[in-house]
Amino acid sequence: MEAAARPVPRAVAKPTGEVLLEVTDLRTRFALRGSFAQRMRGRAAGSVKAVDGVSFSLRRGEVLGVVGESGSGKTTLGRTLLGLAPATDGSIKLEGQEITGLSEAAFRPLRKRLQIVFQDPHASLNPAMTIGESVGHPLRIHGIARDREQMRVRVVEALERVGLHPAEQYMSKYPTDLSGGQKQRAVIARAIILGPDILIADEPVSMLDMSVRAKILELMIDLKRELGLTYLYITHDLATAKFFCDRIAIMYLGKIVEIGPAAEIYDNPKHPYTVSLLRAIPEPDPTRTVARDLPRGEVPDAVTPPLGCSFHPRCARAFEVCGWESRDLRTLLEARWTRMPEPEYRAEREVIGSLDEMNVPSTSARIEPASGHTTAEVAEIIERLRIDAPDDPFWKGVAAIDTEGPAVSIRFHEGIEPRDVQEGPSRLQCHLYDEDALAAAQRDAAAR
Amino acid sequence: MSDVVLDVRDLRAWYGTEGDPVRAVDGVSFEIRSGETLGLVGESGCGKSTLGRTILGLLPEGAATAGEIRYRNRNLVTAPPKEVRALRGPELGLIFQEPMTRLDPLMTIENHFVETLKAHESDAKEKEMRRRSLDALGAMGIPPTRFKQYPHEFSGGMRQRIMIALALVLNPKVLVADEPTTALDVIVEGQILEILADLRRNFDTALLLITHNLGIVAEACDRVAVMYAGRIVEQGDARKVFAEPAHPYTRALLESIISLATTDLKYIPGAPPSLIDPPPACRFHPRCPSAMRVCSTKDPIEVSIAAGHVTECWLHGPEDEIPAGGEQPLEREEIAVAEEA
Repeated sequence: MEAAARPVPRAVAKPTGEVLLEVTDLRTRFALRGSFAQRMRGRAAGSVKAVDGVSFSLRRGEVLGVVGESGSGKTTLGRTLLGLAPATDGSIKLEGQEITGLSEAAFRPLRKRLQIVFQDPHASLNPAMTIGESVGHPLRIHGIARDREQMRVRVVEALERVGLHPAEQYMSKYPTDLSGGQKQRAVIARAIILGPDILIADEPVSMLDMSVRAKILELMIDLKRELGLTYLYITHDLATAKFFCDRIAIMYLGKIVEIGPAAEIYDNPKHPYTVSLLRAIPEPDPTRTVARDLPRGEVPDAVTPPLGCSFHPRCARAFEVCGWESRDLRTLLEARWTRMPEPEYRAEREVIGSLDEMNVPSTSARIEPASGHTTAEVAEIIERLRIDAPDDPFWKGVAAIDTEGPAVSIRFHEGIEPRDVQEGPSRLQCHLYDEDALAAAQRDAAAR
Repeated sequence: MSDVVLDVRDLRAWYGTEGDPVRAVDGVSFEIRSGETLGLVGESGCGKSTLGRTILGLLPEGAATAGEIRYRNRNLVTAPPKEVRALRGPELGLIFQEPMTRLDPLMTIENHFVETLKAHESDAKEKEMRRRSLDALGAMGIPPTRFKQYPHEFSGGMRQRIMIALALVLNPKVLVADEPTTALDVIVEGQILEILADLRRNFDTALLLITHNLGIVAEACDRVAVMYAGRIVEQGDARKVFAEPAHPYTRALLESIISLATTDLKYIPGAPPSLIDPPPACRFHPRCPSAMRVCSTKDPIEVSIAAGHVTECWLHGPEDEIPAGGEQPLEREEIAVAEEA
């Protein structure tokens, strides 16, 4: 396929160092509606911290990748930057100008400079508008083109630039007449027609076929060079991010857990979450296999995130201060029962009373025996749990087990909220790299 | 070598349209042995999902089929629909792409299992059903404490595991999995791939894994079949096909993947053709960098490259079938940049 191959140098337009966008401790929360009864009683149902204290800067000409799984808050981050979701707290500065808290009318002129490309090109285009109308729409909204002819010229120019050639042929077509890749080109044409500085691209290639992704990525690289664009590339796909980005931010449950130069993230990942993400990718090379020691479970519910470090329940390297709690005990018990034949599970389950008490996040857990059973029987199950998985990081988090009294109570070491630490060229939130946290853990271990 | 469970010969499936029919599967042959995983790959619209549905007798009304699907001395193509329906579940299982939409939101997980087991084994005892359901769920890593919960209480990955457990509880001989991990996150995808790998080791299930992700094929499949415009253009041992692809389409598809090792962007020019009116002779010739004159005039013939490795491409002969001058390069018009899928 030599004809189609074209080496694309990475980072063609060198970042000039001038900071275009400065994001500091940004938070976006969504209030939960709760039940009717809760609202009647005026009780708040809590909130989802979709973006939870995110800081980064974006330099002119740079491509920053924001990588995370579903529920990591990466899409909300993109929407918040564009004012599509209101920031709850923190600051976003566009060339020094604060843009959070602006009214829609005040924000609108800024949209000329900040544009977005969404994941689903089909949903992004109005099916009742021709491609020409859709691509020219921003010119009308912002009152830029004076007449039809001027508008037509700009639209043709934008279409040609994204490779929809000859443009006249595409202008009168409707979205349904176009393939997925062609629609995404049209969406990109609409995003660049106002001459933006920053393009936020939210999964721009993930709905497209393998064979088309490369073409759209190549287009984005060409546009960056020709138009001097700066990208925020939001994706779940570490492979395209590696190719496309200068720097990478890894997000997990609303936080940036690691951010650094792309080469550093891929060659020398530090956060255990980054490490497992990289190991989980199935590579098209049959001589390599995906690691068999993937993190257990899935991204937890953002309404009640884990205590301490959000990743600790899935982390193989978690230790004393990572935020161990009651729900982790329930998970461990359930994992044990999952592996058991049904009669043995029944026998153990009958000994233990309600499990629901453990659902409330707490640094202590109480397990009551079911009626007709004793605390000693419960204690025995906990002991078997430990014998079965003695190396589980969970046990590092246990400070004391009290088997006297009417219930078994387990006390966990107090967790510490991870903070930003600098490690070489990367910044990350992980206690493994935080000397204070390591020292606290040593004290905890000694006190046990 | 284990037994051939499913033997597909010259299978065809058409969808009716107002005009000419869509020939989504157009003369496809392959076999799967027990305990073997065959990966079926290709771009969207090449007919891979239709092929999976044809095997299970799940094509919509108005679709026509021809050819043979041999399963236990029966031809499923000509068998009465009632007979195929009885096989679906206990003999031929299916895992869909979207676990969110395939579970009934008003039914507990337990009831999903009870319904499935009762539908196929009317004499199943309650205690026995419970044991088998919990075993199947346990093998997928779903805790027994959650047996009485509703689908909405589970995450996407867990719902997909429940779907797999529902398919496996009947112990099918053949399992068709259509993009089973496409809607899932990468770590959960990895977990499901581990489960599928255990499946082929521990049970003797023959698995047809339909996917567009060649990384998954490399990871999970013994053999691979590459589909283009309704036909299988190359088929063989997954390692061998990945190491030495014989068909230019397979090679192009492998090169177009963006993986962690990618340093150059490569792609396949043009788009997959319409299945109503595909190009004559070799259907890939308009996009093929190595196309010869014969490729646009004469249907390619299946040739064997090595044991179990076959391809349909004139580059591999048979030479005595190529007309004089047929090996000259094909002259074509340039394909526009945006003519794409």
